[in-house]
Amino acid sequence: MTLIIVLVVIAVVIMFVVSMYNSLVQLRNRVKNAWSQIDVQLKRRHDLIPNLLETVKGYMKHEREIMENITKYRSQAMDAGTVGEKAQAESLLSGALGQLRVQVENYPDLKANQNFLALQEELTSTENKISYARQSYNDQVLFYNNKIQMFPSNIIAGMFKFTEEEFFEVENETERAVPKVAF
Amino acid sequence: MWELIEANRRKSLILFFTLGLILLLLGYFLGSAYYPDGGGFIGIFFAFVIWGILSLISYFSGSKILLAVSGAKEVTKEVHPQIFNIVEEMKISASLPSMPKIYIINEAAPNAFATGVKPENSAVAVTAGLLARLNRDELQGVVAHEVSHIVNRDVLFMTFAGIMLGSIVLISEVFLRSLWFGGGRYSSKSSKSSGQGQMIVMIVAIVFAILAPIIAQLLYFAISRKREYLADASAVRYTRYPEGLASALEKIANSTEELKTANKVTAPMYIANPLKQKGQKLTDITSTHPPISERIRILREMSGGANYVNYQNAFNKIKRSNSQIIPSSGLADQTSIGLKEASVIPYSLGLNKQMKRDTGDIMMKVNQYSFIQCSCGLKIKIPPDYKKSELFCPRCGRKHSIRN
Repeated sequence: MTLIIVLVVIAVVIMFVVSMYNSLVQLRNRVKNAWSQIDVQLKRRHDLIPNLLETVKGYMKHEREIMENITKYRSQAMDAGTVGEKAQAESLLSGALGQLRVQVENYPDLKANQNFLALQEELTSTENKISYARQSYNDQVLFYNNKIQMFPSNIIAGMFKFTEEEFFEVENETERAVPKVAF
Repeated sequence: MWELIEANRRKSLILFFTLGLILLLLGYFLGSAYYPDGGGFIGIFFAFVIWGILSLISYFSGSKILLAVSGAKEVTKEVHPQIFNIVEEMKISASLPSMPKIYIINEAAPNAFATGVKPENSAVAVTAGLLARLNRDELQGVVAHEVSHIVNRDVLFMTFAGIMLGSIVLISEVFLRSLWFGGGRYSSKSSKSSGQGQMIVMIVAIVFAILAPIIAQLLYFAISRKREYLADASAVRYTRYPEGLASALEKIANSTEELKTANKVTAPMYIANPLKQKGQKLTDITSTHPPISERIRILREMSGGANYVNYQNAFNKIKRSNSQIIPSSGLADQTSIGLKEASVIPYSLGLNKQMKRDTGDIMMKVNQYSFIQCSCGLKIKIPPDYKKSELFCPRCGRKHSIRN
């Protein structure tokens, strides 16, 4: 009789552990999936930048510094390893691109260039996509990290080495540094 | 997010069953009016056969029919890259499983609608006038509103409840008309059986046939209006920029063109009622859409965040009521979602003339025209069936070669 009870208890515990493990795996995969959404868009932005600089170069003679910064931050962002490093480099890049946009105002010929307008549309859209994807990534990370910290799932997480994921945060300072312009 | 859809679904089911009950009673009474002995069940049977057939048609080809009736054409990214980008942004923001197809309607009146009973198989249709008139942020607001309809399963609901409503209207209409023309037959029949009882059934049937479509319509419209508010709230959550949708609605409301391809059946699908009724009261219960001025004021009242709570607060403030427009599960999420700033894409089309020309250009691209920009400033439009490999500018006479 006691043997049966012990077996039942063990079975229940095992089922419990398995289902909790599976749900943690599922959540971790969602975080990964959300991250890949951001990653696609970040790569897209990196690909657009050389084209943009090439188009702009002929018109903007006095903005060497901004353009050098853009190139620098781009390569930093591409080399960044962790989510945190990447977020920081990307937000610097956003800031530099924002400065470039402000300067465009002084070059009416550039503003009329069809190629430039098309590139700017692509760039704006890519940045929107990054920010919307970031929101859903952070939602997923919050969900996952909560699960890892809370009892009883924290025991399973500790046993199978589920570690907390990093938020993709843009520092408010830099985001505010992107000037608001109305054309 | 999922709880919100669930809450929505439950409410829709309740309405759906109420409409079903009306249809059932209608079938029963009308059947009894024709054949007093057991005719009621034959009536119910016929009512649901009609409903079933209409539903099957609309489930399998409703989107296609709607798009075809509206004169919408599917387009590729080259025709209008911006609308593609915007739809993709909203797809990401709303976590739609796949990219909706994009259609353009050859009309100058600004308007838009969404179709697709499943989010995996959806489409967004916008008019050429909308593309020409709205800036990027406004367009994003409109697309977000349409994507919300897809995510909240409003299209599914609108289609099936609409079909149910259509069946009720159809059956009542046929019955009332048949009385008009074939009244004599029943009176001769009723004299045989218990005349008085039959008379009462007849009167009940007539009264019901008159009332049922009205009740069903009011129910349908009430829910439809509520869903418009909810779609506005979701649109703000997706774009994080209430002003975009607000000023888009303003532009749509201020336009004078009428959407020729819209009709009574397709009207509830659009972002703003395309059939303009003159002198419509603000709180008209026979309208499928809430008054547009009120929607704009609610959006402009939103401050402090883009979450559902913020919309609900703004709604209560403007309407001076405590009625709940967002399902409780949507309000439970208290996270503050920051508002976005205006986008920096320069797209200002000041002149009316330029606007009309842009609308025309979009339509010509849809119809596979190609364009050559002559250095004298003239934009030459070449129809798809133009065969020669070169042409001369009609203004300055320069020769252009056409690449295919």
